[in-house]
Amino acid sequence: MLPNRFFRPLIVAWLILLAPASWAATTLVAVAANFTKPMTEIAAEFEKSTGHSAKLSFGSTGKFVSQMENGGPFEVLLAADETGPQKLLQDGLAVPGSEFIYALGKLVLWSATPGTVDDQGKILSVGGFKHLALADPKLAPYGAAAVEVLKKMGLKEKLQPLIVQGENIAQTYQFISTANAELGFVALSQVIDINSGKIGSGSGWIIPNSDYTPIRQGAVLLKKGVENPAAQALLDYLKSAPALAIIKKYGYDLSK
Amino acid sequence: MLTSADFDTLLLTFKVASISTALMMVLGTPLAWWLARTSSAWKGIINAVVALPLVLPPTVLGFYLLVMMGPAGVIGEFTNWLGIGTLPFTFAGLVVASVLYSIPFVVQPLQAAFATIGELPLEAAATLRASPLDTFFSVVMPLAKPGFLTAIILGFTHTVGEFGVVLMVGGNIPDKTRVVSVQIYNHVEAMDYSDAHWLAGVLLVFSFTVLLTLYTVLKTQPTAHQLK
Repeated sequence: MLPNRFFRPLIVAWLILLAPASWAATTLVAVAANFTKPMTEIAAEFEKSTGHSAKLSFGSTGKFVSQMENGGPFEVLLAADETGPQKLLQDGLAVPGSEFIYALGKLVLWSATPGTVDDQGKILSVGGFKHLALADPKLAPYGAAAVEVLKKMGLKEKLQPLIVQGENIAQTYQFISTANAELGFVALSQVIDINSGKIGSGSGWIIPNSDYTPIRQGAVLLKKGVENPAAQALLDYLKSAPALAIIKKYGYDLSK
Repeated sequence: MLTSADFDTLLLTFKVASISTALMMVLGTPLAWWLARTSSAWKGIINAVVALPLVLPPTVLGFYLLVMMGPAGVIGEFTNWLGIGTLPFTFAGLVVASVLYSIPFVVQPLQAAFATIGELPLEAAATLRASPLDTFFSVVMPLAKPGFLTAIILGFTHTVGEFGVVLMVGGNIPDKTRVVSVQIYNHVEAMDYSDAHWLAGVLLVFSFTVLLTLYTVLKTQPTAHQLK
């Protein structure tokens, strides 16, 4: 056993270190993987302008919904689709009326190698690649949109044996950026160069909106965050001009 | 109930685990024998390397493998040069990853078993003019039987339970890299809890039964120490 005279100051020091965290309101936010970059930037601006802070967890929407259904700690959900927030509203875990569409996702066919993907996606029918990466269509809206595009081009059957699935869109990006998959479908926000507004590295085809059902990304306030002023403040901030500018900068369309 | 896709993942998992375990025994036995008997300066380093997968998060191993086995990685360039293409998203890649991931579970029990045997039985065999190979098969292997049993079972079950590495290098391809742990994870994420329960239950019962059998058998096996 440690003597009290050693232990007690240690506990006091620990409490002092913890204290500042309880002065400013902090909210815990579950963020769809595709929104990682813009949300990191938005959270920094949010802290500067409101004094509140946001702790961000990135992952797939399905996982966050499962976690919330089993007592997860999140106060705000920024999903990759509309169904995640809807599900939590039905479960009585989200605050009715707080849901809104914060961004419309854009799908890109991308390769880490320059010159691989042409600006009309002809490579998909021409072939010459061994792996085509996409996010699991059962779990990720960007994966479902990718399957829709392949079906529309009539290439789903032909390309099926080449498909490798990432668990979420971030993992899909990993497969392509390490060149293990020559090309694949990712979110524009992952590959955009925010200064030029074009695809930053490698080569890509920004798929026309008409080729897939819009990826309507929904935000919702969760019941866990009702008491926390920072949670509502963050959702309000998401609708503010500075936040919308950041969302747009990363290639998303805005909901009208 | 289990769907046919679930059965496929179970089958694939056992296939990966069987092949990996066989490979690990072939590679791990000489390695463990060397580690148990050497006084080389390399012993510490090799021991540490073998034990690394025990402490590293599977994500670290998975990340390195994905990068190194990719077309721009060292291993990827080598496998491309051999003409077999790159390993991620393939069954072979999964086996390679599993071997690296589970090898401490094979080497460590073997090493411990070999070390317990000591010099005496080996010297006795040598005085009877047994060749080193003969000594290994007729003296060491019977004495180290509990070690071999533990190594095979732990190597196999640990591979069955592998998740993080497979998720990172597998690509979730049916019948090639979609193993049971990934399938359960996907069921949970897709909120198919009843499917997840069935498959998770099967795995739980399997693992418990195997381990229970192992420990029951081990209890009835004399240890090398008692034999001495």
